[in-house]
Amino acid sequence: MKIGLALEELHRSEAELAHELLKISERHKVDHEIFHLAKDLARWSQQHVRDIAEIGKDYGQDHLDPEAGTKHGPVDAIVEKGSELIGRMSSPALLLLRDLREVYMKAAGVSVDWELLAQAAQGIKHRDLLALAQKDHPETLRQMRWANGKLKESATQILVS
Amino acid sequence: MAAMDRIAEPWGSRSPYGSGEAWPVRVDTHLASGIAPGEVDRWVQTASLLHSNGDAMDIAVKDERIVGVRGRAVDRVNHGRLGVKDLYGWQANSSPDRLTRPLIREGGRLVETDWDTAMNRIVERTQQLLAEQGPSAIGFYTTGQLFAEEYYTLGVLAHGGLGTNHVDGNTRLCTATAAAALKESFASDGQPGSYTDVDHADVIALYGHNVAETQSVLWMRMLDRLAGPNPPKILCVDPRPTEVARHATVHLAPLPGTNVALMNGLLHEIIANDWVDHAYVEAHAVGFDELVKMVKDYTPETVAHICDVPAEKIREAASILGHAERLLSTVLQGFYQSNQATAAAVQVNNINIIRGMLGKPGCGILQMNGQPTAENTRECGGDGDLPAFRNWSNEVHVKDLAKVWNVDPMEIPHYSPPTHVMQMMRYAEDGSIRMLWVSGTNPAVSLPELPRVRAILEQERLFVVVQDIFLSETAQLADVVLPAATWGEKTGTFTNVDRTVHLSEKAVEPPGEAKADLDIFIDYARRLGLKDKDGAPLVKWDDAESAFEAWKECSRGRPCDYTGITYEKLRGGSGVQWPCNDENPDGTERLYEGGKFFSTPEYCESYGRDLVTGAPVEPTEYKALNPTGKAILKAAEYVPPHEIPSEGFPFILITGRTLYHFHTRTKTGRAPQLQAAAPDVWVEISEGDAAVVGISEGDLLEVTSPRGSVKAKARITDIRKGVVFLPFHYGYWDTEGGYEPEDAGRAANELTITDWDACSKQPIFKTAAARVEKVSAADGPSPAPTTTASRPAGPAAASISPTRGNQSAEADEEFAQQSAGGTL
Repeated sequence: MKIGLALEELHRSEAELAHELLKISERHKVDHEIFHLAKDLARWSQQHVRDIAEIGKDYGQDHLDPEAGTKHGPVDAIVEKGSELIGRMSSPALLLLRDLREVYMKAAGVSVDWELLAQAAQGIKHRDLLALAQKDHPETLRQMRWANGKLKESATQILVS
Repeated sequence: MAAMDRIAEPWGSRSPYGSGEAWPVRVDTHLASGIAPGEVDRWVQTASLLHSNGDAMDIAVKDERIVGVRGRAVDRVNHGRLGVKDLYGWQANSSPDRLTRPLIREGGRLVETDWDTAMNRIVERTQQLLAEQGPSAIGFYTTGQLFAEEYYTLGVLAHGGLGTNHVDGNTRLCTATAAAALKESFASDGQPGSYTDVDHADVIALYGHNVAETQSVLWMRMLDRLAGPNPPKILCVDPRPTEVARHATVHLAPLPGTNVALMNGLLHEIIANDWVDHAYVEAHAVGFDELVKMVKDYTPETVAHICDVPAEKIREAASILGHAERLLSTVLQGFYQSNQATAAAVQVNNINIIRGMLGKPGCGILQMNGQPTAENTRECGGDGDLPAFRNWSNEVHVKDLAKVWNVDPMEIPHYSPPTHVMQMMRYAEDGSIRMLWVSGTNPAVSLPELPRVRAILEQERLFVVVQDIFLSETAQLADVVLPAATWGEKTGTFTNVDRTVHLSEKAVEPPGEAKADLDIFIDYARRLGLKDKDGAPLVKWDDAESAFEAWKECSRGRPCDYTGITYEKLRGGSGVQWPCNDENPDGTERLYEGGKFFSTPEYCESYGRDLVTGAPVEPTEYKALNPTGKAILKAAEYVPPHEIPSEGFPFILITGRTLYHFHTRTKTGRAPQLQAAAPDVWVEISEGDAAVVGISEGDLLEVTSPRGSVKAKARITDIRKGVVFLPFHYGYWDTEGGYEPEDAGRAANELTITDWDACSKQPIFKTAAARVEKVSAADGPSPAPTTTASRPAGPAAASISPTRGNQSAEADEEFAQQSAGGTL
């Protein structure tokens, strides 16, 4: 059984998604919806990381860090201030599209990982694992749709002006 | 006829009536001192422009000047009554500082010029930007105070002519959430309810809706029910001690920003006690199972902890809602301008849906408006939506609109949602919007985080056009200022929250060279040479009535169908509720009778958005969710506000309004009785908090948030603890600073946060953190009115002289025997 490995991989990808969301928030502080929403949505991934660390114990993964998604050091605060200054002076717009694309891709990866896990859980009839996938995966899809929606909404103005 | 000081008695005398009876007529009149009704040359029909209730009135004209107003007895909305802002606000029309000539910026200063020079400057800049960058360089920011004909014309020229997606109205600040909440629950804008539901309801629930001050005539209707036999129970959700709270059966004062938690708690109780109309839900709604699952954990105890409201009171409130036989729910800024605006307003819809209380007398929802013509901003495309509630993500709707306008569908931007004003400000900040045309609104006072807004509007590279009736704070920052005509000086129609359409006729000539907004927009379209695909002028009308006829055609077959209305039909009698067409020749009192909605995938205005992320729902998803067009029960989790109190900023700051002023006081500040009733900014704080900080009534305080500070005198009230309140009306046009603070800030929006609801894009004015410090001791009471939610409390209260008008504030009341017409 390789579910433990799948959980380890999902734990890593959810933590990365949380970081990506925090990063986009910090980098685009003057794009206020990105700044606030990305932080809210990072919390979903942070909770998923905790959920995975907890259930991982049932599959031989005793050392998954439940707080792997929440690291936010002093350097990040400097990035945040810097982005505020840069954002108001020149056009950081292309960077925004790149960062949103990254969130979208990472969320898509996490989504696939949840699907794999849900398939496995059904195969071996592990109700707890399936319930977890059913609880967390829809939020991943919402993160994806958010990034996709923001990309569509922003692309025209950024690319034609 | 009895004279009464309506500054002191804002709601006038009572005319009690019982459930199901007709609301008695009371005609309110105020004329300039020394003018008797018999001396008036003529009365000209209109409706109120200084709030959103849509009260019908006649303007008194003598010697070609406006000399007063009188409520229209025959009208279904007000049965003759008028609110204080209407009784006195008309005087602002003849203010000596009206704009009378166009202004252009020369050498850094605004100087007078003629219309040709001003318009050519705008047209040249438009053409230059179109050549250099295209339509994405140009944005329009309009209002909720023009007429339907004007919004429609603006929408046609901006969307169909220039092809820009950057069109919004200041309705974004007041009613965007009303529209969004209706789109979420019913897949289309349009209020289900009617004001006549007040006549029938046995429970009226008001969520963040200080109706006594925002729609004072609607409150008179409720007061008259409360004074009559079998009065309705009132549920009030508001952190302030409003008049509604004082009359409430249950008053809940949650911590600002926690509305979704509170609503989920109420829904939890209604579902747990099975006060659900299962037959209605089964037949007419989708999403019930998800709602049950979502609210399962929101027990009264959990919610009490989040909202700081006693669990017992939540149970009591839910029981009132659960036992209601005819439930009228109303919602306003306490929800719309707060954290999770749309999600909270949608939960109100959910209560009426699961209780099966829609489309029947007394059973209604009024997601209120904040401005007189906000409904038209939304219907006609002034808020960026496609006109007549067409769906921008439905290709068939876009093609249909292109046919109406006779343009190629590609000319109409529909690749993404329209750009809302906060995003437009961001584009102006990053330099990709280079021309912003502001009509009839004052963002330099009304948008959040004013230091940022001023910095954006002041930029050399941004060309700002302002069309207004006074030299507002925003106008002072403009490159071109166009003098507009206002209410009473031009003709058009507008529609209130219960879909009642009124005609507003021209009574007098505008001052100087001021022009109707409609004429300005048409002139711009003609000078630009905007054409349809056959080379004919895109804007094919030249006056208000022909514009109305064009708008009617555009609305044909849509939810807001105006095709059965003519100017002639609106003259003389009562206003008419849309849809009004061949099937409903006298209009439609309530939408959604028999559980029939506008929500089929083919017909609906919107597929909705994710209530937390704001991401638009894809057409295929919507089709799967709601294939047969039912109401949609949309659940939402509580998400805490983005700015919460901290050690440095221990209070929650909310901003709001007072009865005596409207918006940034451009008119009400120029009406002597209104200005005297609330002459300057104040800050409300609870007795307990005042004691902790060491504050007495009238002390000068500095209120500071992470973005700025405001100085205001303290008014100690029964507001909930931990919260301070600032009225947002006070800017700088009547101070030395002109458009900005010279010394201390006075505008509440110096402090507010740049953040908005992801779903409705409405800015959040009611969830910011602040601190309060005493600057100097009182030299008298604060300038806050004593008649309203700012009524004083505590030991000093008795010594504060009550708010009163002088002799010029005397208005007449006349009770009539006959009932009002047009109530269907």
